[in-house]
Amino acid sequence: MWHDAALVAGKDLRIEARSRVALSQVAPFGIVALALFAFALGPDRGVLARGAPGLFWVAVLFCTVLAVQRSVSVESADGARDGLRLSGIDPAGLFLGKAAAVGVQLLVLEAILVAGVVVLYGARIQVPWMVGVSCALGTIGLAVTGTLYGALSSGLRMRETLLPFLLLPIVAPVLLAGTRIWQAAMVGGSPGDGTQWLRLLVAFDAVYLAVGVILFGPIQETA
Amino acid sequence: MSDLEPVTDRTHGSPVPAAADTGPTPPPARSARSRATERVIGVLALVGTVFTVWLGLWVTPPDRTQGDLVRLVYLHPGVAWVALYLAFGLAAVSSVLYLWPRTRSLFWDRLAAASVEVGVVFNVCTLVSGSIWGKPTWGVWWAWDARLTLTAVLLVLFLGYLALRRIPAEPEVRARRSAFVALFAVLDVPLVHFSVNWWNTLHQGATVLNPGLTLKIHGSMAWTLLLGFVSLTLAFVWMLLVRYRIGVLEDWLDANELDAALAERRSEGAGPGHTVPSEPVGVA
Repeated sequence: MWHDAALVAGKDLRIEARSRVALSQVAPFGIVALALFAFALGPDRGVLARGAPGLFWVAVLFCTVLAVQRSVSVESADGARDGLRLSGIDPAGLFLGKAAAVGVQLLVLEAILVAGVVVLYGARIQVPWMVGVSCALGTIGLAVTGTLYGALSSGLRMRETLLPFLLLPIVAPVLLAGTRIWQAAMVGGSPGDGTQWLRLLVAFDAVYLAVGVILFGPIQETA
Repeated sequence: MSDLEPVTDRTHGSPVPAAADTGPTPPPARSARSRATERVIGVLALVGTVFTVWLGLWVTPPDRTQGDLVRLVYLHPGVAWVALYLAFGLAAVSSVLYLWPRTRSLFWDRLAAASVEVGVVFNVCTLVSGSIWGKPTWGVWWAWDARLTLTAVLLVLFLGYLALRRIPAEPEVRARRSAFVALFAVLDVPLVHFSVNWWNTLHQGATVLNPGLTLKIHGSMAWTLLLGFVSLTLAFVWMLLVRYRIGVLEDWLDANELDAALAERRSEGAGPGHTVPSEPVGVA
């Protein structure tokens, strides 16, 4: 399973390294989103800094949708999905691999967006490790659910419109938790506030990781 | 009405010659018993609802603090119970039963679909009646209260389920896909529940106003409340049965639409100028 996962993740990341879709389209889109939030809320840096945690995570969510669409479309051309299934790769490994590739891209994206939030909004992060942990856990949750829904919607003609509608409400807990942890990290005071939310993120990740590992085989057959 | 009522007459503009040899398969028939059950439940739901309205609007007294506003309490909790627990609980159970290989049958899929669809209607009624109550009580149509938020998230999740179902696919494929989505959504519910609870309580302290608990329940009020619950549950069951039956007919139509249309064309186009397939047609 792990070996297969590494193979699939390596394949997806190699495709990304050669096509640069995430880096040249999704990341700039994230920056554009940050700029749009600033236009919507006005140039007051106090407002922007206070809203930074939520705006950051909303931008990440939008980028997740794009990254997942890309991850699905890579498999949709040239019968690649059938090829993957024929290759005898363990479905759980395939799931973990696809999710890992999306997750790695999201992490890079989040690094760019963190820099964007700090520079553009003047957000001051007092407890960096909390931001790091929340990004890591949030990314796992987003990549995992995104991969699940991506697989479910992969055969559908209306994928582009349906996927955000299905995915974004599901990841609402990630947005809530991520935002709260960030707020705690920016205030710097009580990490006790954040641990509750970190636990929620861990639960979210665990639930959907387990579901994906168990059910990805049957899910693929529905496409 | 006889038991073999030709349902085709209702689904098509004109009757389809179901008796033709090459014609389409007739729609699934229903037993007289299921028909009667459905009707009895429907009548009971209607009578119960009418009684609830009468008791709620005329018989029961207004509340000391809330005045006439309290009358929404006969409706709102019952609707919410149907929407949030009954409908979505049933959808969750049937989706899991569909996914479980031993109990896999399209029955569970259709039951889940019917349940979600009716549940969405009740969910919207919950939000609307809650809003109407909230405006004079809280001064706003919508408060970001944990319960309200959870209800709204549930609504969106199951609207997604319905959107997915609308995409044409083979019944089995659609059933599996929908069951997965329902399962994922149900798994999300406790996570959303905890997160919105913490989110709100951290935000502005607990401001949850539970109308049921702040009231001194008068005798007639308690009975009206109970009757409301029962009749709304019956209404849900009735709508579920009807929706299930429509689901069966829709699937039948999907499978036989083309055959039916072909049979119709053949029977009308027997004259010259039409290129009828060389095989003989049953109806001349």
